[in-house]
Amino acid sequence: MSDLVLTAPVLEEARSQIENALIKAGVHTVLLIDEAGNIVASCGAESERLDTTSLAALAAANFGATSQMAKLIGEDDFSLLFHKGKKDSIHFARVGGNLILITIFGDDVSLGLVRLRVAQLAETIRGVFGFES
Amino acid sequence: MALIDLSKKEVHCKIVYYGPGRCGKTTNLLYIYNAMNSAARGKMLTIETKGDRTLFFDLLPLNLGKVNGFDIRIQLYTVPGQTIYEATRKLVLKGVDGLVFVADSLKVRQNKNIESMDDLRRNLREHNLGMNEIPIILQYNKRDLATTPIPTLTVEELEHDLNQELKTRGFEAAATKGIGVFETLKEISKRTVRYVVSKHLMPGSR
Repeated sequence: MSDLVLTAPVLEEARSQIENALIKAGVHTVLLIDEAGNIVASCGAESERLDTTSLAALAAANFGATSQMAKLIGEDDFSLLFHKGKKDSIHFARVGGNLILITIFGDDVSLGLVRLRVAQLAETIRGVFGFES
Repeated sequence: MALIDLSKKEVHCKIVYYGPGRCGKTTNLLYIYNAMNSAARGKMLTIETKGDRTLFFDLLPLNLGKVNGFDIRIQLYTVPGQTIYEATRKLVLKGVDGLVFVADSLKVRQNKNIESMDDLRRNLREHNLGMNEIPIILQYNKRDLATTPIPTLTVEELEHDLNQELKTRGFEAAATKGIGVFETLKEISKRTVRYVVSKHLMPGSR
């Protein structure tokens, strides 16, 4: 795993892309984390209220565990990783080699919209961080 | 892989407590959690499972103050020790910056200690890391049992089994009573922060 050093301009750019693509679409929290469970960026008014450290660690583990499950049945990765709750749901997507985008949204936002926006955003973020697509 | 946030001036390091099943990794974290000031520690995360084994991992975030204007944040992780959870251990080791190997002083666990050390070496290699590349220290836990009739290993035996190749520091501990817990934490934090800072913030200062 290569080292990731964040500079302020890169982070700002990533944050503003997340704000435009997801927060403006009604999503309430977005976390960009690495596979080790470190938080790279958090967006949304409710991210202050959440225990984002624990959430990021569990999400990274969850993502890793699911990837291993995929490998066991002969898949590379599961493209859709989504947990549905009564009020809020959570969507995970891999961005580049080692970042994971976690999107938390209420029942007023459709999963289809989140998936579409996340797919577009993943491309943009890859560019911002200079990952090869 | 440490994460350095230049905009918030924060350095995040990941320290993993490794070792065979039931050697006291979670006990170390619990003692630290209970003994530390709530301002310096975050919430301890334990994934609920039946019984007292760790199934996935435990996590305890700590703030260690400032170095060169950077806030140092450390995340302590444990792994499940039982042999069958190898895949989980490999997952938790991802991005590790420092390691504590907790060894069990019970004589009956001698082979488990050695097996776990081999397992660590193998899993690090899968992340392209050698045992001497990142900071690692040993903790010989359950030393309080040495004075009881329960058969235990001597520190020399433990050193012989586990520290021949590493030649690192070993701390005697009794995690349930807190003996040696903070000595271990202090040493590994110091080494990890030095490693991360010299690698990223002040290259060439090592």
